[in-house]
Amino acid sequence: MNRPKQLNALSGELLGAVVAALSELDDDPDVRAIVLGGNERAFAAGADINELAAGTPVSLYENRRLDRFDAVRNLRTPVVAAVSGFALGGGCELAMLCDLIVASETAQFGQPEINLGVLPGAGGTQRLTRAVGKAIAMDMILTGRMISAREALGFGLVARVVAKEAWLDEAKRVAREIASKGPIAVRLAKEAVDTAFETSLTAGVDFERKAFYLVRASEDADEGLHAFLEKRPPEFKGR
Amino acid sequence: MAEVEVTRDGAVQTITLNRPEVFNAFNRALHAALREALKEARDPEVRAVVVTGAGRGFCAGQDLKEFGETGDVGAALRATYHPNVLAVRALEKPVIAAVNGACAGAGLSFACACDFRIASDAATFVPGFIGIGLVPDAGGTFFINRLLGASRAFEWMSSNRKLTAAEAHAWGLVSEVVEADALAARAAELGAFYAGLPTRAIGMTKRLFDHADGASLEEQLEFEAQLQAAATQGEDFREGVAAFLEKRAPNFTGR
Repeated sequence: MNRPKQLNALSGELLGAVVAALSELDDDPDVRAIVLGGNERAFAAGADINELAAGTPVSLYENRRLDRFDAVRNLRTPVVAAVSGFALGGGCELAMLCDLIVASETAQFGQPEINLGVLPGAGGTQRLTRAVGKAIAMDMILTGRMISAREALGFGLVARVVAKEAWLDEAKRVAREIASKGPIAVRLAKEAVDTAFETSLTAGVDFERKAFYLVRASEDADEGLHAFLEKRPPEFKGR
Repeated sequence: MAEVEVTRDGAVQTITLNRPEVFNAFNRALHAALREALKEARDPEVRAVVVTGAGRGFCAGQDLKEFGETGDVGAALRATYHPNVLAVRALEKPVIAAVNGACAGAGLSFACACDFRIASDAATFVPGFIGIGLVPDAGGTFFINRLLGASRAFEWMSSNRKLTAAEAHAWGLVSEVVEADALAARAAELGAFYAGLPTRAIGMTKRLFDHADGASLEEQLEFEAQLQAAATQGEDFREGVAAFLEKRAPNFTGR
């Protein structure tokens, strides 16, 4: 994301460009992992407040701004959010839509919408609660307070906190690690984890088992299991 | 007269707490001026910072006259001391306290928030807080615990015992003690020495030691690896290696 002057405030245009780029990468079979990042100062500092202030309920409903975030949810390729600096409001929601977050030690997360007399509109109340639990989610959403990278790690919002010099390199390292695995297994595993938030435990375990049987039918599973037994590194082909 | 005097000598910034009539006790104006001075110290041209006091004291802690009028003490601490203590830790360059005289209460906490301390032989170190029925603040329990260990820190802070410079030195609270009239020169000398070091790596070293508090060995090793990878990208690393191979003294630029 590259609107540095506005700290990557998510204008309709920027959000559209992000969604288009992600969809295009998702369609490319050679792409096995995606890193979504901003710059050192901000991942994304929230919605474009000018646009929001100019919007009416009907225009917001009609231009489906908030619905566009949903496209990120439906990606099959894993997305690593590389967060340095601010991830606020829509920026925090966008980061949470990614599969995991690698945060610079400088990262700050928050849903400060309450300070503007509104509330999160792109899944913040739901995804933050699932990520950190009710107590912290209520604290953040009702007071608008920001949390540090270290706090976010303790709360389970981010997967790793890294040196501020290394935020992008480390996010890429995680993405490369994911990309080195069998892509079928990765996609099914991602889908199975996502299922945990959408369904009952029994149905989720059932989904996992069927995904397990399905992945066992792949050439990559043969390769991975044999390579392990033969004590050599596997070569996954995505078949 | 400014509550804080800031001078620059080459790459060394000296911050002088300047309310000598009250041993440089903290009031709102001093906090605000200190905050500006610490902001100025972020300038990449500044590669070492010296903090000292004007007159006979280093800092006597909170100005109790103003404190009496403070309604919400917690809010006052959050608004005044906390940003300045955090700013000292966030400065990615060495901050040296040159303790010239009485150092008490929050003044002691602030001195201990600095990276290390040198002292005049006229300096005294007094916990203060417990003497008026208060607890250490401004990071005192954090930094003094780290410096002295929990047992000695507790014993000292709870007994309110006044330490001489020599005792503070024996405890490891200050790195060296010099004669009173030699302190400013020694502080300038140390500042100049540090200003010539590879500042970026010095800043990273400071961050690593701060990170070590509360980190596991695995986390610490990982942070070291990330910062070392970044350090090898620095100009000073290239210069350091070149100078070593050419058997000459390195000329570090801090980048």
